[in-house]
Amino acid sequence: MANPFKVIGSVVRVAGPLVEAEGGLHAHMLEMVEVGDNRVVGEIVRLQGNRIKIQVYEDTTSLKPGAPVYGSGMPLAVELGPGLIGAIYDGIQRPLEVIRASSGQYVQKGIHALALDRKRKWRFQPVLKPGATAGGGTIIGLVPETALIEHRVLVPPGVQGKVKAIAAEGDYTIDEEVAVILDNNDQEHTVSMCQRWPVRQGRPFLAKLRLSEPLITGQRVIDTLFPVPKGGAVAVPGGFGTGKTVVQHQIAKWCDARIIVFIGCGERGNEMTDVLVNFPKLTDPRSQRPLMERTILIANTSNMPVAAREASIYTGITMAEYYRDMGYSVAVMADSTSRWAEALRELSGRMEELPADEGFPAYLPTRLAEFYERAGSVNTLSGKPGSITIIGSISPPGGDFSEPVTQHSKRYVRCFWSLDRDLANARHYPAVSWTDSYSEYLSDVAVWWDGNFDPQWLSMRNRIIELLQQEARLQQVAKLVGPDALPDAQKIVLEAAAIFRNGFLQQSAFDKVDTFSVPAKQIKMLKIILTFYEKSLEAVKAGASLADVQRSPLRSAVLRMKSACSNEEIEKLDALLKEVGNFKVEAGV
Amino acid sequence: MAVSSLSFGDREYVGIQEVQGPLFVIEGIHDVGYNELVEIVDDSGLRKLGITLEVAKGKAVVQVFGTTGGLSLAGSRVKFKGRPFELGVGSGMLGRIFNGLGAPIDEMPAPVPEKISDVNGLPINPTARDYPRKFIQTGISSIDIMTTLVRGQKLPIFSGNGLPHDILSAQIARQAKIIGETQGFAVVFAAMGVKHDVARFFIDSFQESGALADAAVFLSLADAPSIERIITPRVALTCAEFLAFEKGMHILVIMTDMGNYCEALREISTLRGEIPARKGYPGYLYSDLSSLYERAGLIKGREGSITQMPILTMPNDDITHPVPDLTGYITEGQVVLERELSQKGVYPPIAGLPSLSRLMKDNIGSGLTRDDHPHLASQLFACYARVKDVRALSLVIGREELSALDRQYLEFGDVFEKQFLSQGEQEERSLEQSLGLGWKILTLLPKEELHRISADETAQYYGK
Repeated sequence: MANPFKVIGSVVRVAGPLVEAEGGLHAHMLEMVEVGDNRVVGEIVRLQGNRIKIQVYEDTTSLKPGAPVYGSGMPLAVELGPGLIGAIYDGIQRPLEVIRASSGQYVQKGIHALALDRKRKWRFQPVLKPGATAGGGTIIGLVPETALIEHRVLVPPGVQGKVKAIAAEGDYTIDEEVAVILDNNDQEHTVSMCQRWPVRQGRPFLAKLRLSEPLITGQRVIDTLFPVPKGGAVAVPGGFGTGKTVVQHQIAKWCDARIIVFIGCGERGNEMTDVLVNFPKLTDPRSQRPLMERTILIANTSNMPVAAREASIYTGITMAEYYRDMGYSVAVMADSTSRWAEALRELSGRMEELPADEGFPAYLPTRLAEFYERAGSVNTLSGKPGSITIIGSISPPGGDFSEPVTQHSKRYVRCFWSLDRDLANARHYPAVSWTDSYSEYLSDVAVWWDGNFDPQWLSMRNRIIELLQQEARLQQVAKLVGPDALPDAQKIVLEAAAIFRNGFLQQSAFDKVDTFSVPAKQIKMLKIILTFYEKSLEAVKAGASLADVQRSPLRSAVLRMKSACSNEEIEKLDALLKEVGNFKVEAGV
Repeated sequence: MAVSSLSFGDREYVGIQEVQGPLFVIEGIHDVGYNELVEIVDDSGLRKLGITLEVAKGKAVVQVFGTTGGLSLAGSRVKFKGRPFELGVGSGMLGRIFNGLGAPIDEMPAPVPEKISDVNGLPINPTARDYPRKFIQTGISSIDIMTTLVRGQKLPIFSGNGLPHDILSAQIARQAKIIGETQGFAVVFAAMGVKHDVARFFIDSFQESGALADAAVFLSLADAPSIERIITPRVALTCAEFLAFEKGMHILVIMTDMGNYCEALREISTLRGEIPARKGYPGYLYSDLSSLYERAGLIKGREGSITQMPILTMPNDDITHPVPDLTGYITEGQVVLERELSQKGVYPPIAGLPSLSRLMKDNIGSGLTRDDHPHLASQLFACYARVKDVRALSLVIGREELSALDRQYLEFGDVFEKQFLSQGEQEERSLEQSLGLGWKILTLLPKEELHRISADETAQYYGK
């Protein structure tokens, strides 16, 4: 391949990750460049007269004024093709495994490595015949990428015409031609299994669809109380130690999206190691295959260069869009969007832009909106529906949700899982607060629950929320007069809410059975707890006391059902429901 | 315009253009890189070190690790070394005491360097990391049972002025061991802006336990120029990395006090007129702190490990202050010391609820510590959280109005603090002792209250 790089300027100033160069009348905004003898990678972020400002994705130590700047003539782009799944990349799609093989335990400067393996051969199976109409996004062939994922080879967007030639079934590298498209102007376009796409530009699709099917995460507090549909966007704010990362990991492990893109954006190195060590060992509950076979990891940990952290979010979402375009449901975990916003702030500060709130640039909300709007359920160019769900965690300074990233994110998401410090302190995980969290998608997903499980789902869910609100009010009173001063009927409310909190909302990520609950189990558990509440209330009205109810062995069966009944033993819950339905208490025994 | 003269590849210039605080500007130079080491000799012949913070055509901004007192615009000689700040590292650094820039101050010759390393380090490739795996027994019940420390972890101590964080970290350094292994921990100690007597305390404590021979001590004390503190933890970590990953040793790095380090950063940032984030700290404080903390860990195929225990005093005991806040977002948990407990005479005054170890979940339980450990820890947390609620309630309605169960919780809370949390400064409890103590205290509560413990575990340990 010809080297497209040519000298477009020379460095005049270096201040950390921001480099200024002179001489760039032919430089393009957002063009990818390489700087200096080490050829560290950067991107042009401002043009001013003959001055170019470049944000550099690597450490600039030892870079000197006078060093050349090489322009690529292209914007920062990622390579898309088979081999993405199971890989781990840094923020600008350099494959970290390959880098480790070539340069050891540390990420050295100026390392270049291609994102996809050029030598590996993939089994290509054509699905179109010569003469068929094919345009951008049309599926022309299939490649078994992993045991879980069938890679659908797409015509790159922007081409429209007919298939002139297509490769026979066989093994090809990603650079080899697999099809030729003759466009309407009689121009030939060769198609390989690999294409490039600029990360800051969303990939095209036909139309956005209405959201209806929930993303089943297996986390009860989420699926039952604050559901998110496939194609939705969620913000998960929480101070340190409230379990943001565990929530993200749990969803990455168990949710029913076909592809997971996990972006570790400015977070801990050991968390990525945790994923790398554990995901290959865990199996997908639906297919029994290792979870890595559906996962792409992007790791730009906190100590890796800050500009690449800014890019990592876009790198990740572009890969997600590529798989969406094949007709898959993709879930993107961005942990954490605050670190991304801080990277923006740092770069903005170095460019001496005027700051808005707390030093963040004034365009922070625009950037957040652009990012979250890349979520959605769409009709793809291939005609198949596909979706991207974004789950972005937020790390508010001091745990204070009034800060700009949380506030602006709230404007562009319709689902908000607020992680609560007090719950986390009591080791109630997931620490999703039931008073501050919300989901605006309830009525959208209720249709799905109605159709697939139970038409009572929404009303049961609302009754529980009401119960929890009642509890919060009663606790205010109890704080003043002591819980013993409350009448028994109110004590039963406190009791039922406590059972719901401990026996349903609290869910251990580290318990084999409890870590993931299928929807059928969730709805049965919900029903059992509500029935137990009603029966206890009846008993108290008939003269029994709270202590009588608490003595019942059924109570502890209800409390333990989350880990006592596995997803395969739903019938145990049916039996329990029957028992609870017949629950009677003898008063004052 | 500076006058240039060349000597052995270094480029030397005479004369500078501007001095402000620890920064100076020099013009008329060329071929100087960003983050390059600079040597400055003032009129009286005194030598100082610095690095370039910003380079432009013919111009550089240099930060001096020391006072700029004595520099003159015409007479200062500035030498650019053509390399970043480096440290000669070697096994001979153990048992020695250095200043904040890595020069020996114990009146012995400099140790023989086996390797020259850039003090800034390089980011560890996440795929090269090994997940921390070994439980460290510190002999302190509240840490071992509830905030387990793991080899390769970074676990800071969040403290306040006047709380015994020094005594605690010295005790941990003395007692830390892996059950079943003979190789102990060597200590790398970095002091940033602490008082002489604090440094003295640590050195004496290492000496008494015989650990000083296995310790490398880096001191940038309160009276040293504040800017030196920016390099001190980097020097210490560079030494630790060599010992851990080249020599296969297990290193415990104690850095105190991170608050002083961050203040030095803020000082530089303010002088440069950078746009501040919170409380005047620079927007890159998080990235900067992580470039230190993330140097802890394990690397695949290497024997050694780096476990970090940074200490920071929270201004006004405020955990939301930017320094503890950003630290907590980077480190794998935190041990929080609480003033109220300390005033009750509890040592170590480790706050039960806000303290946390993120690596605990994967490193305790069956085959690692003991099978009942995870549930026991979770139950102790839950019960202690309830104690806090009941205490708040009893303040309002009085102890007499509480239910019998709530009174049991109050008693549990008192015993938990007096017997489980409290222990002697020299007292080392084995894991079995600590677990046994936890169970003993749980028997103060009725069985039905313990929902986080399985029925089997209750049968085996409750009331035994």
